[in-house]
Amino acid sequence: MNNNLIQYIFGIADNCLILGQRLGELCGHGPSLETDIALTNISLDLLGQTRSYYQYVAQLQGGDVTEDTVAFLRVENQYLNTLLVEQPNTDFGYSIARQFLFDVFHLLLLEELQNSKDENLSAIAKKSIKEVLYHKRFSSDWIKRLGDGTDESHNRIQTAINDLWIFTDELFHQTDADKAMVLEGIGADVTLLKTKYYKEVSEILEEATLQTPQIEYFQKGGKQGIHSEHMGYILTELQYMQRTYPNMTW
Amino acid sequence: MKNWPLWEVFIRSKNGLEHRHCGSLHASDATMALENARDVYTRRMEGVSIWVVPSAQITASNPENNGETFEPAMDKAYRHPTFYELPDELKHM
Repeated sequence: MNNNLIQYIFGIADNCLILGQRLGELCGHGPSLETDIALTNISLDLLGQTRSYYQYVAQLQGGDVTEDTVAFLRVENQYLNTLLVEQPNTDFGYSIARQFLFDVFHLLLLEELQNSKDENLSAIAKKSIKEVLYHKRFSSDWIKRLGDGTDESHNRIQTAINDLWIFTDELFHQTDADKAMVLEGIGADVTLLKTKYYKEVSEILEEATLQTPQIEYFQKGGKQGIHSEHMGYILTELQYMQRTYPNMTW
Repeated sequence: MKNWPLWEVFIRSKNGLEHRHCGSLHASDATMALENARDVYTRRMEGVSIWVVPSAQITASNPENNGETFEPAMDKAYRHPTFYELPDELKHM
């Protein structure tokens, strides 16, 4: 069993799971019926991608491991998602800013990952790209609408971008497992995507009449399993059924 | 968002078929109406093409005039092309 490969997959898949869960919270609470459905569609896309990754992990780990045990029965420090995706839905601006900052990265990552020597990862990446292209179109579109909208919407989306900016650098952080997988030609080298990422993000922000934040210090930890205070609450809700009624099925 | 205008959505379910009206939604402009239509009306593979039209642009017949508008056609069965002998080779008519 290739432990580095499993850790590497968690580093990608857990982002999809936790962001999917965060978006799922908005089901029935979106600002309009149409955006509500759009955000939950994105949530379901991400959870679908998560399943593909976890099914592969279950296959690699063997034994009693299933996609469900992988999703529901780990403890907090075993989830390797970035801090960005666990940030709360403070308002529609934060949900859109978080989505946008993630989508630009996600697409760049998948475009690399489709060249992976690992056939499963390559196939998952290829299948997910079309979904993520749409996610990015949706979130970029809203960044422009809010940024170039009213004074109120402009200020609120700028605040959200400023607050979440501190979590962007972690997207390009590599764990030891990530580095090992890059050397084997399995993992995508995220360090090579960084310049392109900040350029693309800045261009869209500029088009939205928004400022690109300039900061020196960035927050990280999620990829090492060290999460923000929000993560415990997310997992409590996510894992509730399996923890309360172990092994329950529908 | 309460002030967003209403749009009518037409979906073509597959190439070769016509666009059919499937519902309406709110959006601030045509681009957003298209995106919303995609999310609301094509999540179960319903379509290959979408049209959106501002509802305000549709001129509708007045239901109060339904009597003189539609009823005169009801007893004119001869307007249906059912009085022709079709050759046997002709199928699916």
